[in-house]
Amino acid sequence: MPHLTVRIWRGADEGEYQSFSVPMRENQTVLDVVSEVQRSQDQSLSYRFACRVGVCGSCAMMVNGKPRWTCRTHIRSLKSGVVTIAPLRNMPRIKDLVTDMSGFIDKWGKAGNVFESERDRRDAPVAVDPSSPRRKAADAAIECINCGVCHAACDVVSWNDSYLGPAALNRAWSLVNDERHSRKKETMAAAMGDGGCGNCHSQGNCMAACPIGLSPTRSIAGLKKMSLMSLLGGSDV
Amino acid sequence: MTGFRINLSYLAFMLHRCSGLALVCFLPFHFLVLGLGLEDAAALDEMLVFTQQPLVKFGEWVLVVLFSLHLLLGLRVLVMEWAPWPHQGGLRSGWVILAGLIALALGWLFLDGVIS
Ligand code: SF4
Ligand code: SF4
Ligand code: FES
Repeated sequence: MPHLTVRIWRGADEGEYQSFSVPMRENQTVLDVVSEVQRSQDQSLSYRFACRVGVCGSCAMMVNGKPRWTCRTHIRSLKSGVVTIAPLRNMPRIKDLVTDMSGFIDKWGKAGNVFESERDRRDAPVAVDPSSPRRKAADAAIECINCGVCHAACDVVSWNDSYLGPAALNRAWSLVNDERHSRKKETMAAAMGDGGCGNCHSQGNCMAACPIGLSPTRSIAGLKKMSLMSLLGGSDV
Repeated sequence: MTGFRINLSYLAFMLHRCSGLALVCFLPFHFLVLGLGLEDAAALDEMLVFTQQPLVKFGEWVLVVLFSLHLLLGLRVLVMEWAPWPHQGGLRSGWVILAGLIALALGWLFLDGVIS
């Protein structure tokens, strides 16, 4: 049976790649390969996954230099006999392929991403028109599962520690367009403040990398426009 | 550029940044020469003779191309941030190639003496 060479990052911020040889199979994802190494060659290898089918977003890693969901990346599609697997970029490393995502999650909070409603369960639900431009804008951004792939792909995140990043700002965009959210002004203020949308250079790496084809670049462009309009006094945020 | 940066929008960002920096370095000299013209016509004439040298001409050609590129890529960013996006992938990547071609065409016109 032909074999595949996998180089896997071992250690934390300090560390090195360790090579393993894994049998090549007809159908095999990058996550399958990491699991095979962990089960049959080195049980001390640490990595994260949960659903294995592209739902949870916890298996994201750098595969041959690209941030990807490893459970949805077929070895065959990489067209390479050597596969290099490293922990997600732009996050501190804990051990092997596991990163500390707390900074990434904190940025979600800093971008004003806490939904609040003035209504309670006794009130009638807000009637949301699915065809309104606002709702369509929110819908286009809402499927994010917080995997961190776009955050790892963004150079501005790596250059500027305080930049909130594509995922957090994409979420802020869906909130400021949500009719039910009662703190739109606060969300907008956070999303356009220090570290906010004004830092994005529209490089588009985030949208090229997002495994579900979301477009944080578009959401951030929307935030930029809205922030300028609100400065000029013309926004209905 | 590693894997995820192979993307026309990233290339546009780099070209826009680098052409901007090059222009920032050039502009002080440009104003210096203009200032010379105001103060002393003979010095300006001397300078203009100097600019006829092939290497200087080549430098001017580079500047014309960089300036056009910078302007066009800046317009692209303005459109991306102000105009509605036609769809999720509306990075206007094709415009990056178009901007490069127009900049080269303007450079060619410059060399041809039309706008020298
Ligand atoms: S926008 Fe896409 S890549 Fe970014 S966190 Fe959400 S799902 Fe992941
Ligand atoms: S478009 Fe903005 S957020 Fe997305 S990768 Fe580029 S700089 Fe980062
Ligand atoms: S393991 Fe859930 S998305 Fe990969």
